[in-house]
Amino acid sequence: MYKVVRKKVLNPTVTQMEIEAPLVAAKAKPGQFIILRVDEDGERIPLTVAGTNPEQGTVKIIFQIVGGTTARLNQKEEGEYIQDFVGPLGRATHTEGIKKVCIVGGGVGCAIAMPVAEEFHRLGAEVTSIIGFRDKNLVILEEEFKACSDNMILMTDDGSYGRHGNVTVPLKEMLEAGEQFDMIITIGPLIMMKFVTLTAQPFGVPVTASMNPIMIDGTGMCGGCRLTLNRDGKKITKFACVDGPEFNAYEIDFDEAMSRGRMYADFERHAYEETCNLFKKA
Amino acid sequence: MAINPKKQDMPTQAPEERAHNFDEVALGYTMEMAVGEAERCLNCKNQPCVSGCPVNIDIPDFITLIKNKDFEGAYQSITRSSSLPAVCGRVCPQETQCESKCTLGIKFEPVGIGRLERFVADWHNEHVAEKPVKPASNGHKVAIVGSGPSGLTCAGDLAKKGYDVTVYEALHTAGGVLVYGIPEFRLPKSIVAKEVDTLKDLGVHVVPNVVIGKTLTIDELFDMGFEAVFVGSGAGLPSFMGIPGESLKGVYSANEFLTRSNLMKAYREDSTTPIMKGGKVAVVGGGNVAMDAARTALRLGAEKVYIVYRRSMDELPARREEVEHAQEEGIDFQLLRNPVEILGYQNENDPRDPKNGFVTGMRVLKMELGEPDEKGRRRPVPVEGSEYELEVDAVIMSIGTSPNPLIKDTTKGLEVNARGGIIVNEDGLTSRNAVYAGGDAVTGAATVISAMGAGKTAAKAIDEYLMNK
Repeated sequence: MYKVVRKKVLNPTVTQMEIEAPLVAAKAKPGQFIILRVDEDGERIPLTVAGTNPEQGTVKIIFQIVGGTTARLNQKEEGEYIQDFVGPLGRATHTEGIKKVCIVGGGVGCAIAMPVAEEFHRLGAEVTSIIGFRDKNLVILEEEFKACSDNMILMTDDGSYGRHGNVTVPLKEMLEAGEQFDMIITIGPLIMMKFVTLTAQPFGVPVTASMNPIMIDGTGMCGGCRLTLNRDGKKITKFACVDGPEFNAYEIDFDEAMSRGRMYADFERHAYEETCNLFKKA
Repeated sequence: MAINPKKQDMPTQAPEERAHNFDEVALGYTMEMAVGEAERCLNCKNQPCVSGCPVNIDIPDFITLIKNKDFEGAYQSITRSSSLPAVCGRVCPQETQCESKCTLGIKFEPVGIGRLERFVADWHNEHVAEKPVKPASNGHKVAIVGSGPSGLTCAGDLAKKGYDVTVYEALHTAGGVLVYGIPEFRLPKSIVAKEVDTLKDLGVHVVPNVVIGKTLTIDELFDMGFEAVFVGSGAGLPSFMGIPGESLKGVYSANEFLTRSNLMKAYREDSTTPIMKGGKVAVVGGGNVAMDAARTALRLGAEKVYIVYRRSMDELPARREEVEHAQEEGIDFQLLRNPVEILGYQNENDPRDPKNGFVTGMRVLKMELGEPDEKGRRRPVPVEGSEYELEVDAVIMSIGTSPNPLIKDTTKGLEVNARGGIIVNEDGLTSRNAVYAGGDAVTGAATVISAMGAGKTAAKAIDEYLMNK
């Protein structure tokens, strides 16, 4: 059992928790993820590590309440326990040789992007962060991004806060103005990552995307998280859990990944409605 | 008294009934059946059956004890060699091991050794509440990576000798393939849990949620004071065919499908684990895992389940008993068939149609058997122009696995072969001092009992190494 040490509501649908897991805290690096189960017989869900405190033996996770499991996780209070917590899984963000980086985060994906931005900042790289949200109420981690970015641009889809528009708007402006990034790292909804990649393509800037597909074991056993890369004219199958979660965005078949991500959409909707009467009433 | 030429039949649930539930198919011998079957044993001097057992159970000894109705004695006899009798009695391919060597088998059916082993283990679990006594500690610490059949066997053998054994498991439940792979109707999970509890009573520590190679490395285990490590991390990454359509929704690896049903309990009515139920299902492959996946799909409510295998019935690698059970339950064997493409739905007028991207069928090529390959199996050759379409809603790929890279990538000096399997000598020792390995991590996908045999061999070698250190 793993203790919920701290809990903080970031916005009405996003919660941050620090979980006591000393072995994971000692090892986890930005870009890696964990898998947890809230209770016995619960499902295994992957969540990216949002930070660690090795001294206290805690791991920070940030999650959006999207289904039955995340709703149950959100009901846990400080001092309570969750059933299972395993990691760190996947490969850490590749940072070597990158002096100037642009981090493009969208929605709850910003929770994953934040420790990556912090890591580059710590390593002395010049960090530009573009973070996008649907509206003002959903903005998270604004101060944290400011603290670790040389240049931070906040976008909202409806213009209720920050600049109005998609994350690709300022990205395109900067690239057109001649900004030379060693790497663009994008983390967020698949559709956003696809368009970030298409925006960067004409400028020849390398793009890394962090994938978050459906997973069970997270150790390469089930193959549920597979995705297709187009490399040198060939299609190759990779497993996000052991080969990723970060991949060269130009190789990723985003349309296929989006389709696969909806495999259990119906099932999830039913599960969510059944589990979460609270949200149904609201 | 004349010897009965036939084995005592194993009572089973009727096929039409069991095809719709996850209860165990084989029900086990009664006491009378067990004694009757034991009486068929000739108790021959040279004991060929023992040489056919990868863990060298003293088979004539335990069968004699059954004849004498000393069932607990028979259990104690088996556990001297095997840490998982209730498991082996159910899933071992006895027909190619101990029973294939049985002298009686030359003229008649061999003694039903597996069925007797199962009877003895079940009798013990039902009648004996007494826990095994934890042996006195010898002060040496050994770490085991993975709680599947090889790891549990190695742990059990070392614990019996007084070693302080810790088993690290990546998943949340101990048992490895015994819990995520083999379905409830062949091996009830309560039986696996009981065998694991017996090991815990012997003093074995089982630590879930630790991925060796990620959470801790092999080198860190030595830093923590372990003097030897056994790697039984299992088979690893599922293989796909590399044909178009394998990323469509409704295409599973057998590992994923079985894990969802077994470990994540989608087979239960009240489960929240998503899995595709109903419709028509094709399982590609002919091994035991393919049989398990096909029979699981049937029980989850599929209206039609095909096994699609590229060779003929004679080459089918699954155990005969499993194939027969599958046939009785109505699994449709499409033999000498090879998939060339999986087809999916795509509404050209509506990219948002929720049905888009789901499997609708599979294009299949007929095959015929040609010249034997290097293993002596006749190679399947495509019959030109024989392609046709099989209408299915889900496809389960059960064509093997390739070893998991997590441990290899994080353990300096650990040598692997071209296929990624860990290289070991006859004692299970790897290229790294004090690091042993066995089971599917070494051999690639094989059987539970061969993994147990490897765990046993390594336990013996670890004991010798640490006693002479």
